[in-house]
Amino acid sequence: MSYTSKFTRISPKKQYRHIGEDRQRFDASDIVTGKAMFLNDFKMDDLLYAKALRSPHAHARIVKIDISKAEAFPGVHRVLYYGNIPEACKGWGLSTPPAVPILRDKAAYVGDAVALVAAETEQIAEEACDLIEIEYEVLPAVFSTVEAVKPDAPRVHDAFESNILPNVPFMTEHMMDHLVRGDVEKAFAECDHVVEGEGEYNSLGSPMAMEAPGVIMKLEQGRLKAWATTQVAMLYGPSTGVRMQGFPVDTTAFNIGGGFGNKASMQTTTMYTALLAMSTHRPVKMNLTKTEQLLVHDERIGMYMKGKVGIKDGLIHAVKGICYLDCGAYNDCGQWQMGVGLGETQVALGKCQNWDIEGKLVMTNHVQTGAVRGFGGQEIKAVLMPLVMRAVTDMGVDPVEFCARNFAQQGDGWYWRSDYKWYNCREQDYAPVMYKAAEAFGWKDKYKGWLKPTRVEGNKAVGVGVSVHGNADVGEDTAEAYVRFEASGLVYLHAGIAETGAGQRSNIRKYVAEVFDIPVEKVILAPLNSEANPFDAGPIGSRCTITLGTAVTRAAEDCRRQILDAAAKAFFCSPEDLFFKEGFVFYKSRPTQPHHIFEFSHFGSSYTGTGRWTSDYSKSNFNIYFSEVEVDLDTGATKLLKVLVGTDVGQVIDPLTLEMQIHGGFGAAAADSGLFEGNVLDTTTGHIMTGNMIDYKWRTFDDFPDIEAIVEETQPEISRFKATGFGEISGAPGPASMMMAISNAIGVDYCEYPASREGILKALGKL
Amino acid sequence: MSRQVSMTINGKKEVFSIGHSGARWEIPDEETLSLTLRERLNLTGTKEACGQGACGCCTVLMNNRAVPSCQILTADCDGADIVTIEGLQDPDTGELDPIQKLFIEKYAFQCGFCTPGIIMALKGLFIKNPTPSRAEVAEALSGNQCRCISQYHVLDAADALAELNAAATNA
Ligand code: FES
Ligand code: FES
Repeated sequence: MSYTSKFTRISPKKQYRHIGEDRQRFDASDIVTGKAMFLNDFKMDDLLYAKALRSPHAHARIVKIDISKAEAFPGVHRVLYYGNIPEACKGWGLSTPPAVPILRDKAAYVGDAVALVAAETEQIAEEACDLIEIEYEVLPAVFSTVEAVKPDAPRVHDAFESNILPNVPFMTEHMMDHLVRGDVEKAFAECDHVVEGEGEYNSLGSPMAMEAPGVIMKLEQGRLKAWATTQVAMLYGPSTGVRMQGFPVDTTAFNIGGGFGNKASMQTTTMYTALLAMSTHRPVKMNLTKTEQLLVHDERIGMYMKGKVGIKDGLIHAVKGICYLDCGAYNDCGQWQMGVGLGETQVALGKCQNWDIEGKLVMTNHVQTGAVRGFGGQEIKAVLMPLVMRAVTDMGVDPVEFCARNFAQQGDGWYWRSDYKWYNCREQDYAPVMYKAAEAFGWKDKYKGWLKPTRVEGNKAVGVGVSVHGNADVGEDTAEAYVRFEASGLVYLHAGIAETGAGQRSNIRKYVAEVFDIPVEKVILAPLNSEANPFDAGPIGSRCTITLGTAVTRAAEDCRRQILDAAAKAFFCSPEDLFFKEGFVFYKSRPTQPHHIFEFSHFGSSYTGTGRWTSDYSKSNFNIYFSEVEVDLDTGATKLLKVLVGTDVGQVIDPLTLEMQIHGGFGAAAADSGLFEGNVLDTTTGHIMTGNMIDYKWRTFDDFPDIEAIVEETQPEISRFKATGFGEISGAPGPASMMMAISNAIGVDYCEYPASREGILKALGKL
Repeated sequence: MSRQVSMTINGKKEVFSIGHSGARWEIPDEETLSLTLRERLNLTGTKEACGQGACGCCTVLMNNRAVPSCQILTADCDGADIVTIEGLQDPDTGELDPIQKLFIEKYAFQCGFCTPGIIMALKGLFIKNPTPSRAEVAEALSGNQCRCISQYHVLDAADALAELNAAATNA
């Protein structure tokens, strides 16, 4: 099968030298020749390898454990279990809050580590794990959040009563767990139509980055040094330190073989490696196999929601609900995901003034969930939007019309993330691009009305669907940067950003090159480690475009100002008389005569500027996602025929990068979690049945649909280069859009993630 | 008893002793080609992601056929001609293979972890068929996974190479 991509910029403006133009990645040739360095390509002497003995039971108490044979095995350096944790690490904990001891006499899921081994080779470590003699008492387990909150449910961890996590501050912020606005009861009474329902988006999807998570830790001068596959090199130390009673961690990262939000703290792998490094005084590496990545690494957080939505005059007027976020056995950043998710509901339903949604973080006896692109918002919207659309379509309102009228615009606003802080939405009106995208998709022809197929040929019915997404985390958290101009004419940029594949490390140079008016090749990025770079929360969400982009721009402007000040002082003129270009200073009055830095500075002088961005959640990015799905009415099989993504990114930074970010919406348990992606959990044993790349379904090379992108650039004054950012959300509205497409194809309201043949046949009354 | 196997890797002859005597430079029977390439020869351009033959990251050419090196034992490679991603670039001039150049031109990668395997799989395809259709390319790469989704641009790069080849034949 053959397929193509079409990418249209509606109104491209040629206003910058680099921004908005395609620039080759500086690591392009390294990537195509195999020279690009990933963690496993980095060699280190003296390394020990770590493996974990993992529980075969979903919930069990260790009755007896004997590590003596494993300890005696040649090549084994350390075997740790709950009985011999090094003194310095006894207070270390897992989860958030980190109240669960790192190794205990209990296992909380199938795959939970009950002992750790460090040895000369991975093979020896594995064999030593087999030599550990262990006896379990199997305990009752609970796998669904709805069951776990019941009073008589098995307790996953002693520390958390009723399996519900306390809403403790995350780092320093108190995250929102109950969104209350207006008066919902009164509002429901005013509505033209009210629908109620419940749903779940919880298929333990694994982003399954090609490069599995891996960590090397080494104790050095009283701190831990980490070399890790983390996409957040600057945040890794602080977030990990919280679980280690503040123990300092410095971090180095290389090229990341796919992140998808899923290689941030890497909670368990990180903590186990650190523990072994502390007790062996040797560098220790834990590298997950693909199977381990699928079975014991963080999966997408699950969302159950029971809710009620009311509509009045075509606008959502009231939303009420309770959400359970499924953290699995260890919570990583559920509080944060809840705060962001609750924030995001108010973006897509921006006109609604009456809210009462409560969120609870629930522990269950399966593998931990954690950060994955979408981060709370995709999950809650996957359940809420189908409910909303049911209300909309019951009223006979066209779904596109509804999205255009309800999405937040300037003048609306939201509580975002933490501390119940209100943000006035600014500079956005995404309705025009919604209509343009709908026209390009042919929505008017294809959408025949709610529960009506676009066409039926034989036993194949085709339906179309639409959903929208927007996330104000584009302005998330602090970003800092230093920019240093050297006499060589090169500019050194210190920015703690990882390359996860979206060209971040290359594209960030454009901002600096633009300010200095120099080729991008003249901007050199400092290596990615926390010693050489200031803080940045990293390429998570869609934040880097605004946050780090602004920090870097400010640092470059600060640096350029210092150069012009120094030149002006030496030349006895005003800085306003001068300008900077191609590495030289010029008089505005004599723009052809360059002045080298040596004319006003000692040869050893350099100029360093600094820049910072601090959180601002007053604007969201945007994605409208159209899908066309074919359903086989005899078998229930589904096939995605076409996708169209419409967005307004403010200003494109790099066209080809943006096009590929849009393609990236398929991978990483994003849009494809609508039709087929997810792990399969056996809820009688607690075993995940899909621990390899054959059983875990992913889209193969020969099975992609045609994709089209419609990109608007409306130049909001959000940052110097007016770009908003997009990457994270490229697939986020996909699942909900596909549920609408299936419902329309089969003529029955259907919502199940991922769609299943059995489910569709049942909905059709054929099973 | 150890025995010797010899093979050509990127044009260079390599001889290995195979056995289990525990001698430091000996390769055990069960060592995969991907491990030998990566750990013994430091040819780390060949990536290993699944070790299960399911992702294509570790693809190399063996006697001009694209094979997953994680599923091949070094001990079975006696007499083989192996080419890895490192073997595509001209060692003297540094000039890239046309497919590498087109990958850069079409920006046919994101994180790049899958890219060496995809390039080697394409190399194998183009040796067999210098002018494959877009659908044939997609089919030939169905054993290669790319999680970042570079597929659309990879097909563009392959199309461009097929066009170059067609033009060269017609000229
Ligand atoms: S690593 Fe060999 S096929 Fe995946
Ligand atoms: S480019 Fe990242 S997996 Fe293909």
